Amino acid sequence: MVQLTLPKNSTIRTGKTWPKPEGSTNLKRFDIYRWNPDDGENPRVDTYFVDLDSCGPMMLDALIKIKNEIDPTLSFRRSCREGICGSCAMNIGGINTLACIFGIDEVDGDVKVYPLPHMPVVKDLIPDLTHFYAQHESVMPWLETKTNLPQKEWRQSIDDRKKLDGLYECVMCACCSTSCPSYWWNGDKYLGPAALLHAYRWIIDSRDEATGERLDDLEDPFKLYRCHTIMNCTQTCPKGLNPAKAIMQIKKMMVERAV
Amino acid sequence: MRVLRDTVAEGDTTWSKGGSDRPNKEGIQMADVNRGNRPLSPHLQIYRPQLNMVTSILTRITGNALILGGILVTWWFVAAASGPEAFESFNGFLTSWFGDLILFGSLWALWYHLLAGLRHLYWDTGRGLDKSEIKNLSLAVLGGSAVLTILTALIV
Repeated sequence: MVQLTLPKNSTIRTGKTWPKPEGSTNLKRFDIYRWNPDDGENPRVDTYFVDLDSCGPMMLDALIKIKNEIDPTLSFRRSCREGICGSCAMNIGGINTLACIFGIDEVDGDVKVYPLPHMPVVKDLIPDLTHFYAQHESVMPWLETKTNLPQKEWRQSIDDRKKLDGLYECVMCACCSTSCPSYWWNGDKYLGPAALLHAYRWIIDSRDEATGERLDDLEDPFKLYRCHTIMNCTQTCPKGLNPAKAIMQIKKMMVERAV
Repeated sequence: MRVLRDTVAEGDTTWSKGGSDRPNKEGIQMADVNRGNRPLSPHLQIYRPQLNMVTSILTRITGNALILGGILVTWWFVAAASGPEAFESFNGFLTSWFGDLILFGSLWALWYHLLAGLRHLYWDTGRGLDKSEIKNLSLAVLGGSAVLTILTALIV
């Protein structure tokens, strides 16, 4: 259901402003969403100042610097620092992206950092992705076959393999799904761009033998058809993929097999 | 995850977000998303408006506004059919500056909704979905509706 405002326990209060580091001239202000599950308080936005002259270029560098030097209680997920693990997905400067491959200089003025939108928050910048992962699992993101196992591998032509380009690169960071207003309002039943991109990746895999079942499963007023081509997903994908296009291809296949 | 999978596989379209109605609660403590009264992260409040997002919601807004515009015009016809006095009073309202404003707005809404609808038909063929095309189509819908509205107002 469309709910434009935040529930009572989620409204954001003004938080603490941490002191500026001394003796620096190149300061950048970071306003960061904080929520502590243990103190019973509402979320707040804390303000930090980072000396860019002694900080790496990426947003993740700034977050790590804040955690190391200013406030060790700041919590966020991170791992590979090169855009391949998808852990540090968050909302920076109003759009969803991976902190590790998003430059600090890409935001003019103060930087606002929030967790991925419209998700239950575990702590600070960490959203709970359980439901998101369950939706991914529901599209059977694996090769389904019926014929007997081949002696070696399942073979695929070069042209058929090319069809997977632009799809297999997805790192499941959830930036796209949590940028989608339709997913915000109907995320309990609508699968969202990430899961649908993965669904399409297996639908058009030449080796997969469950195409019909996959399409049957998506033939549902909510799972697929809550995509209204708003295209925030494609706009925000930090890997440059196009979930909106993948969804449209599934819709096309639905029509083609019906006529 | 096993438990979650089973919930989904049953074909139940309303997946539970909490843990209370799931089978085998023991194994899924980690999956209980409502644990500790978790807040909902901000969404519309913080998301930077994008051209594609704004032109999309305008399609819906103009569509709904046109229902009201349509009712007004129908009212006008009904008034005309019910006699000179009724027509006089409602026509007075529609030709006042406020009525003009509403009709001008409806004119723009009509052109906008038409162009946005054509854009949807184009998208439905699987074309025009790349990032640069999305931007150009959004600008075309906004610019085109403005130009067509002014042209129509000048001609009619």
